[in-house]
Amino acid sequence: MKKRGLTLMQKRAVVGLLFILPWVIGFVAFYIRSLILTVQFSLSDIVLEDRGYSTAFAGLKNYLYIFTEHGSFNQTLVESLGDIVIDVPLIIFFSLLMAMILNTKFKGRTVIRAIFFLPVIMNSEAITGAMDLAREMMQTGLSGSSSEMLEATNSGVNVDYYIALFRTLALPDSILNYVVSAVGRISDIISLSGVQIVIFIAALQSVPSSLYEVAKIEGATTYETFWKVTFPMVMPHIITNIVYTVVDSFSQSEIVELAYTEFSTNMMYGSSSAMSLVSTVLVCSILGIVCAWISKHTFYYN
Amino acid sequence: MAKLSASVKTLREIMTDPEVENDRRRTANILKRFLLAVFRFVVLIGISYVILGPIIGMVANSFFSDEDAYSALVYLIPQNPTLDRYKTALSELNYWSTLGNTTFYIVVLMLLQVFICSMVGYGFARYEFPLKKVFFACVVLMIVIPPNTIMLPLYMTFRTFDPFGLMTAINGSAVNMLGTPIPMYIMTLFGTGLRSGLYIYIFNQFFRGLPKEIEEAAFVDGAGMWYTYFRIMLINAMPSVITVAIFSLVWQYNDTFYANLFLIEDRIVISKRISSLASNVANHLQLNDPTIIQLYTYAGIVLVVLPVLLLYILLQKQFIEGVERTGIVG
Repeated sequence: MKKRGLTLMQKRAVVGLLFILPWVIGFVAFYIRSLILTVQFSLSDIVLEDRGYSTAFAGLKNYLYIFTEHGSFNQTLVESLGDIVIDVPLIIFFSLLMAMILNTKFKGRTVIRAIFFLPVIMNSEAITGAMDLAREMMQTGLSGSSSEMLEATNSGVNVDYYIALFRTLALPDSILNYVVSAVGRISDIISLSGVQIVIFIAALQSVPSSLYEVAKIEGATTYETFWKVTFPMVMPHIITNIVYTVVDSFSQSEIVELAYTEFSTNMMYGSSSAMSLVSTVLVCSILGIVCAWISKHTFYYN
Repeated sequence: MAKLSASVKTLREIMTDPEVENDRRRTANILKRFLLAVFRFVVLIGISYVILGPIIGMVANSFFSDEDAYSALVYLIPQNPTLDRYKTALSELNYWSTLGNTTFYIVVLMLLQVFICSMVGYGFARYEFPLKKVFFACVVLMIVIPPNTIMLPLYMTFRTFDPFGLMTAINGSAVNMLGTPIPMYIMTLFGTGLRSGLYIYIFNQFFRGLPKEIEEAAFVDGAGMWYTYFRIMLINAMPSVITVAIFSLVWQYNDTFYANLFLIEDRIVISKRISSLASNVANHLQLNDPTIIQLYTYAGIVLVVLPVLLLYILLQKQFIEGVERTGIVG
């Protein structure tokens, strides 16, 4: 009796596995292994030796250290997470608005689109640092060394007055704080929403025009059309954008920086791992909760 | 009184006259559209300024001479323009040789990314194998978990690189790969480089959108699975190949995270040179005025950004359409 070879299905499965094999090796060797090692590092004392390193189990010492003794961890963690929580809805709404504006036809649309995408191309740490400096300089002039003083006197806008005005209008302080901080970070938000705008433009263009025709025939106003047609149709892409935004702003946040300095300059390997783990777990759980909540309310057309 | 009511009546007649009504509507419409256009114009110009402002400022200031920097009358347009900043920055950055090294580095990585990620994406899109869903979830996990979380183990791994004792067998001891770009090559070769998860996702999405008939025809004509992939599918996937290629080039060029983590020499990675440019200039020229040093930094940044900017201006359409077309939109 002849030995029977693999069936076609099995053959295809083998070839498929071969196709993804390089990635599987890399993922296991660099990601899975590193994640396990990070957990191990965070639970031990690490001494760097000439040939590698030695670890000694230390229990939760590193975690206790970063939460109770470390000078700036708690504050940086709360600030970074707060930044992400503030930024994400702003970026989403800003990029949706911009996508809607850019989706209409007008002269010079390609140029404007190219400009909006520019920050994605130039998002290098060194470059953004210098850009922030340049931005300040544009507002005050290079010679304005005492920039804050100039800003206060030159612009002629007394911000405190307006804040007080809105407070007397009985706007809750929490909302007011949010608005003020949102206005303060407008340039950050603009430079972080390049990809999101493009994704939303594509999403808007994929809405079938028949839906708009129906809405028009039924007598819906533009406002109604937005909430009943446009918004539900782009909902699925909001999740994509949230994931992208959160990951993007997390990897640029202060807390990540702190973990990096902790290991590169302070040589505190254990607590650096603990910091990375704590912040990643927190960010991922925020991401999970938000995405679960949104996808519950999302309407899928297909 | 009677006169007044009569005139009100005529006024009402005029108002309800269909022609006038039509006219009124048309004017209102035109006005509305005009106001909308003005609003759009103002918003777009304002935001474009926020983005372009610092770039314009940097370019302008990099031509300032020392007097210009301190003259309160000079804003954006220098009175005594000078190219000294660029001359110094060119030599301090060791521009042309560093740029050459960087180009080699990012092109190699780009080729690896395109090759490996398209293969993996194709495997996920077209073949059925056990645990496929779990594997794909891992790809998504790779996109979500930032590399910062696992930086320390990566650092340790490449500090004493010794997979299965292989290096010890060959060299007698583990190899310290930090300082060279080799860790980056290895990680990219195994599909875990800079944003590889995203690229795999893009390719997977694209291959799923291609009609199956192409491959079936190839099989019937007797092409093997590998042949089909290389000679037929990869050619068809050109749009996403271009997208991944240019994004990989630009992001790798801008990347400082991996470059810092693996301590890659700044002879190879130009983006790392920028951060040390200011102190180098200050040392060599015996400067201690931060305002003037800043001018040199601006010139350096303009030099570093220029290649990417040129690439972007040339391939602007591919960049934006790339994001639109190939599937980040899931």
